Amino acid sequence: MSILTVDSIVAGYGSMEVLHGVSLEVEKGQIVCLLGPNGAGKTTLLRAVFGVMRPWQGKVLFKDQDISGFPSESIAHLGMCYVPQEDNIFPSLTVQENLEMGAFIRKDDWQPRLEEIYGFFPDLTDRRKSRAGELSGGMRQMLAIGRALMLNPELLLLDEPSTGLAPFLVNQIFDRIKTLNEQGVTILVVEQNAQALQSADKAYILEGGEKQAEGSAQELLEDKEIGKLYLGR
Amino acid sequence: MAELIVYGIILGSIIALGSVGLTLIWGITELFNCAHGDQITVGAYIALIFTSLFARIGFLQAKVGPFSFSWGLLLSFIPAILISVVLAILIDRWVYKPLRKTGAHFMTGFIASIGVAWAMRGLIYIIWGAEFHFYAKGLRPMLFLPLGIKLRTDEIFIMVVAWAAVAAVYLFLNRTKMGKAIRALADNASLARVAGINTERMLIWTWGIAGVLIAIAGILYGIETQLRPEMGWIFLLPLFAAVILGGKGSITGALAGGIILGLAQQVSTMWLQPTYKPAVAFLLMILVLIFRPKGIFGRRKV
Repeated sequence: MSILTVDSIVAGYGSMEVLHGVSLEVEKGQIVCLLGPNGAGKTTLLRAVFGVMRPWQGKVLFKDQDISGFPSESIAHLGMCYVPQEDNIFPSLTVQENLEMGAFIRKDDWQPRLEEIYGFFPDLTDRRKSRAGELSGGMRQMLAIGRALMLNPELLLLDEPSTGLAPFLVNQIFDRIKTLNEQGVTILVVEQNAQALQSADKAYILEGGEKQAEGSAQELLEDKEIGKLYLGR
Repeated sequence: MAELIVYGIILGSIIALGSVGLTLIWGITELFNCAHGDQITVGAYIALIFTSLFARIGFLQAKVGPFSFSWGLLLSFIPAILISVVLAILIDRWVYKPLRKTGAHFMTGFIASIGVAWAMRGLIYIIWGAEFHFYAKGLRPMLFLPLGIKLRTDEIFIMVVAWAAVAAVYLFLNRTKMGKAIRALADNASLARVAGINTERMLIWTWGIAGVLIAIAGILYGIETQLRPEMGWIFLLPLFAAVILGGKGSITGALAGGIILGLAQQVSTMWLQPTYKPAVAFLLMILVLIFRPKGIFGRRKV
């Protein structure tokens, strides 16, 4: 069953069209990876899906509901969460306050969830009272994901979680993403790092605002042509 | 010198009061509200109306303890704050919200806020004229403190009220869910929306808080000096300087910036004519913009 359907999305900034009609599908329970070089339109796609910007044309369906053009404020209520690539924390708030803000719209008791998140990212536990702006890159990324997880999302959108991280941290983050998925969270992750394919079920390759290839992660990894053109091997 | 430092802290406390709302609104909406100063003027004049109304009730005419003002003025804080809150929220709903909805450039909001400022000041000129007004006639009792510090009793009141208000707002922003969300918005508005925080609802709260602080700042400034139509407009400059010094959206920054501005302006009178006080504020602002555009406490570029 498809949890997210993106249907020929056209979007851009000002008068510059970035996405020229991109479609993709995310099945429930999968990790779907959207690969592509800088400027391919990956971030724009996530922003258009999550209502940070309004798509010019096309449709976004989440759990069979048409959410195209919904503002992000409303989408957060539906069970989808988004971790932007940059500026994904509240720097002057403490770690704990960042997570609390993640749960802002929850009406029920989110305290147990908070402890679960600290259990999931134990490094954050000792830094509860630190200002988020003082954290290292890896910890910031964990906090950003933790903030999004406070709402128990069914679908998590991650924008290049590996950017700027040392290789061992990249492994750690991908390992956490894999674990999340095993716990039942569907994941759409945007990456430049082809390593993301290792843990993905399905992948799309995006370049120049158009879909260049799609297939199971295995197929794309084995395809020599694609490897040479897009994955740098 | 000691005396100038004390005066600086008093002036700084009032600047700090005004700058908290300004920095929050700037952080959340990108709007640099030029009407903030004239809203301060309006707050002060509203208290003037109520003080003279209350003066008809005999016992409210009596002076409060050792201070120069009456119980009537003290009571006037309540209606002045309420009206200032409503006014702040209405200005936002009627002027700035439509601009936000159309995605107008921040400069458009800036110019619109100058329009709001001039409209309010025009109204004050029409109703009260250009002359000075005072909350109370007669002598202002003085205190003689060690180190040759002469202080009006009123000034003790000003400091206590200003810091109590700042402390209350600080607690609200740090301890309550709503307050934390306002800080989150001022910090990273786009991420706050991604987390589902309703910006427009939070903005009503933010303008409300700004309205409370504006009214208090206006009345305290009126007690310290006198009421005149340009009082707030002139006050806007040190407010801007304090907020820029503190960094966009930073509350601690705005508080520290306010005190620094107050001190710099007063202490400068050791060497400069008091007329040049605004120039000192300007100079500080320019230096900060050149050497530390993020402000002292800020993390983001202006």
